[in-house]
Amino acid sequence: MIFEKDLETLPREKLEALQSERLVSLVERVHDRVPYYKEQMKAAGVKPSDIKSVKDLHKLPFTTKEDLRKNYPFGLFTVPLDQVVRVHASSGTTGKPTVVGYTKNDIDTWATLMARSLAAGGAGPGDMIHNSYGYGLFTGGLGAHYGAEKLGATVIPMSGGQSKRQLMVMQDFGSTVLLCTPSYALNLAEIMEESGIDPKSLKLKVGIFGAEPWSEPMRTEIERRMDLDALNIYGLSEVMGPGVSMECLEGKRGLHVFEDHFIAEIIDPATGEPLPPGETGELVFTTITKEAFPIIRYRTKDITRLMTEPCACGRTFYRMDRVSGRTDDMLIIRGVNLFPSQIEHVLMSVDEVEPHYQLIVERQGSLDTIEVQVEVSEKVFSDEVKVLEGLSKRIQKDMKDLLGITATVKLVEPKTIQRSEGKAQRVIDKRKL
Amino acid sequence: MKVEQISVFLENKSGRLADVTKVLAEAGINLRALSLADTADFGILRLIVNDIEKAKQVLKDNSFTVGRTEVVAVEVEDKPGGMAKILGVLDKGGINVEYMYAFVQKSGEHAIIIFRFDALDEAIDVLSNAGIRILKGEEVLSL
Repeated sequence: MIFEKDLETLPREKLEALQSERLVSLVERVHDRVPYYKEQMKAAGVKPSDIKSVKDLHKLPFTTKEDLRKNYPFGLFTVPLDQVVRVHASSGTTGKPTVVGYTKNDIDTWATLMARSLAAGGAGPGDMIHNSYGYGLFTGGLGAHYGAEKLGATVIPMSGGQSKRQLMVMQDFGSTVLLCTPSYALNLAEIMEESGIDPKSLKLKVGIFGAEPWSEPMRTEIERRMDLDALNIYGLSEVMGPGVSMECLEGKRGLHVFEDHFIAEIIDPATGEPLPPGETGELVFTTITKEAFPIIRYRTKDITRLMTEPCACGRTFYRMDRVSGRTDDMLIIRGVNLFPSQIEHVLMSVDEVEPHYQLIVERQGSLDTIEVQVEVSEKVFSDEVKVLEGLSKRIQKDMKDLLGITATVKLVEPKTIQRSEGKAQRVIDKRKL
Repeated sequence: MKVEQISVFLENKSGRLADVTKVLAEAGINLRALSLADTADFGILRLIVNDIEKAKQVLKDNSFTVGRTEVVAVEVEDKPGGMAKILGVLDKGGINVEYMYAFVQKSGEHAIIIFRFDALDEAIDVLSNAGIRILKGEEVLSL
């Protein structure tokens, strides 16, 4: 279902005209109201009048997480605080969190885009939306919540954790749509199996998973173990929250960016140069309708590419491929660039290996070492040493052949790798760089 | 003719073997025979127990990875050459041994050897035809 059919299927030239009009007004607005943007533009030698259409976007300077920190907490807001009805903040694992604000209109826009996302996943009035994204400063919980209400569905505000209780509610309330991180979905699947709950006995039909990078084999795994369609949603607080882009049930390949509100670019993370459509690089967003906290050319650090091919669902919005990693998650192991998601891909292509893994990176002398810890499930276990050693060797060989890295593989007992209730921690980097 | 054996995956870290035996002891499980295969990183504990279903359940409840395989228990005379004779029979019959372990009975007249074969049924035929006594499952459990 398409929630806002006219807008979501706008012909490309009309869409681009709308983007240009909104961009021009945005640039004037931030230039006039936010001293920091004014300085940045001056330093880059750009005047608001230089920006006449989307084609001029690349002239504007980037905004980074560091810029947000410098203006902590409210320095980049474009409206007085009495017009701000809500704030959210990122987790701030390193240093201060980044704070974002929303006006009444912003909250409404966000709810609408989240409603579009849920509708793209096949949800509508009458659905029981089981929202296991965390409620609080994190945008996931409340963002999804308002979207579900806007759509006219019933929302169960579960938040994360208390997995057994989650399953009880799913069974008793008849949850039809599950919203959580993909790693938490697997955690729930595992607890379902342990508790003897047949996924077919649940009413779940679709899962909308996001907030961390995942992979295609992981989708297959979740779909098999939970008996639902697993779709990918994308968002980040700096741009809005969940609902910046969303996969449709029809295409199930790539996430439609809601381009009437956000302009997406792909750049070379090293040089900052825009890359042509289809090429993989860092995703950059400009928000063109936000009031309280618009952002210009925000560097997301997420690695993906834009897909311009038409989609079966009829939406004209370009799609972004699933995020394959983050520029700051990128590990450099003996000079080879490596994303945890690539390792996940290799592991999941080895039959029946559990999707629970952890990477331990260390430096011995001047050499980096990487150890991949994989849990031994009943499916791969054997009473013969040679079979288990064969499994380690096979993973090792695949890593070497496909990724060009030499890793040691350590088979560990089940449940020894910490389970996620939010974002999974995949990498433990013990190097002192 | 076949005996069920359970196997348990163990990470190579201190206390894990003790954990397994503690879990089994608390469940009142009696161990009939055991062997441990170890590598630098992990070990595989193979056990023959008096109550296989219960043993498997309690181990799984305690988050161990447990497997189940069929092995053959053969009686061998407890004197020089007893073992060589059996291995000679298997060799002649073209049967490959995956692994084996032995224990001696209380009486001291016989030793019992547990064999793990890939070609299980063929191996049983070869041994039976050579007149070697293969113990029944119940016999092994009541030793």
